[in-house]
Amino acid sequence: MAGAHTDTSLQRWFNRKGWINVTIAAPYVWLVLFFLLPFVIVIAMSFATRTPTAPPFSFGGEHPVLNTAHYARLFQDDLYIRAYLTSIANAGLATLLCLLIGYPMALGLTRVSPAWRNILLMLVILPFWTSFLLRVYAWIGLMGTNSWFNKLLTASWNWLVPTDWALRSIPMMNTNFAVVLVMVYSYLPFMILPLYANLEKLDRTLDEASMDLGSRPFRVFLDITLPLSVPGIIAGGLLVFIPASGELIIPSLVGNAGQPMIGRVISDEFASARDWPMASAVSVALLMLLVVPIMLYTHFEGKSHEKRKEGA
Amino acid sequence: MRRRSTFLVTMLCFGFAFFYVPILSMMVYSFNGSRLATVWGGFSTKWYVSLLSNRQILNAALLSLKIALLSATMATILGTMAGIALARFKRFRGRTLFSGLVTAPLVMPEVITGIASLMLFILMAEWIGWPASRGFTTVTLAHITFSMVFVTTIVHSRLSEADAAVEEAAMDLGSRPWQVMKDITLPIISPAIVSGWLLAFTISLDDVVITNFTTGPGTTTLPILIWSKVKLGVTPDINALATITVCIVGTGVAIAGVILNRAEKRRDRDARMAYQANQ
Repeated sequence: MAGAHTDTSLQRWFNRKGWINVTIAAPYVWLVLFFLLPFVIVIAMSFATRTPTAPPFSFGGEHPVLNTAHYARLFQDDLYIRAYLTSIANAGLATLLCLLIGYPMALGLTRVSPAWRNILLMLVILPFWTSFLLRVYAWIGLMGTNSWFNKLLTASWNWLVPTDWALRSIPMMNTNFAVVLVMVYSYLPFMILPLYANLEKLDRTLDEASMDLGSRPFRVFLDITLPLSVPGIIAGGLLVFIPASGELIIPSLVGNAGQPMIGRVISDEFASARDWPMASAVSVALLMLLVVPIMLYTHFEGKSHEKRKEGA
Repeated sequence: MRRRSTFLVTMLCFGFAFFYVPILSMMVYSFNGSRLATVWGGFSTKWYVSLLSNRQILNAALLSLKIALLSATMATILGTMAGIALARFKRFRGRTLFSGLVTAPLVMPEVITGIASLMLFILMAEWIGWPASRGFTTVTLAHITFSMVFVTTIVHSRLSEADAAVEEAAMDLGSRPWQVMKDITLPIISPAIVSGWLLAFTISLDDVVITNFTTGPGTTTLPILIWSKVKLGVTPDINALATITVCIVGTGVAIAGVILNRAEKRRDRDARMAYQANQ
């Protein structure tokens, strides 16, 4: 054991409380330098003017110091508004579908035996540990017009509908439908896990009491389980909605290039058009529209939750 | 009760089919003899041979592994420090900004983090000349930054659950801060540190978007290589790569599951014995 007598100089140095400062300062300085500073640059860049130099921007000189033209363009060119709307629609639909599939799965997980539950939870997490790209790739294989999956769906469709509605194959690739489907597939574990964590903690005796008093199972669900699981629904919803709204990979691989999502627009402005100020303005607008309201909401929701707990 | 549980079981079956049918389909087609990825052309292992003799893929995998090892280790050190700072040092100057800085990367769309980091690196090269070009260094720096906050979240929540009174008691009894850290705090958070490292490692190994922005010519990680191949369409050797990945990860998760299960059983047994001994 390293007692007081065998202290190394390093340990002595730590003991003079210097280690407290180091523990705070090292990650603090790192995040300020590599996370906060880049965002200050993005905000500043959104007011710069694009130039054909390298790096492709300038402040002042013959250009206005605070150039707000890029923000004006967000409203003038309907490309941007349409991209925001497409993103919100796709991400919102994906979140809703994740909830509709994930909620019963999470509830089901709380009702199976503990041995099964551990195995099934592993199976929920397993796809998350395999590569995200490969999971998107798996769907590219399934959605193509010659795949067994597409043929199966086409055959079912043709069997179901009158003959003049029959299709040779179902066009799935490069549509918004494909984007939503693959987003649901990729983000479903993010919905199931917080919901499961929330539902697992619920007090089952409330259900039983309500059942004993003559409620039907579905009423018990509506009156007790659902209201109590709202925090889980919100947590899961945010974990799906936020990354989905800024998604770049999925729309660029399976989406409709004519209806880009906002992540694609930012990436194209930056890399293809080399318009750093415009890409920055679109980014700032995305943060202001989606991310900042959500962060403020969770911040104040957390505060009021703490207050309720203290009051109780 | 009966009817609802049937519904839940059906949804579970549907959900797991949804999770695993695409993966299984990909695994089956990795043994497809045909070059057309969607038409069955007999059983063959040739895509595995072509994959394992593809130097480009092997080099990319090795590079991804190096970046992931380095960035996960750095992210774990910095992220653990931040988690300890948030959970145990209640008052220091700039604490509000600090707690904002460790949550913001979690909700930031990756595209924005990517272009923000790239602009920083380009301007740093202009202003101070370092990092001189984009590649291994810039990718690793970016990976450390966005994966360390995941470590912080895990360590912070583990340490918030643990009672600080034990550490305070040790201090009152004359232990030095370093001893308290070594003998009490670090053992409490060691499971969190391990899972934080694993998470940071996976996030780094899997990242496409941020790597895509911060990398330079000559530094092609495995996800970037796969992305450029997949953009051109379906190629059968990616099926083989996916099958190998799923098998490695599946084995790892299964082993971890067995170990955790045993540990849980041992804990239950110890708790029971302790309870009986007290009777």
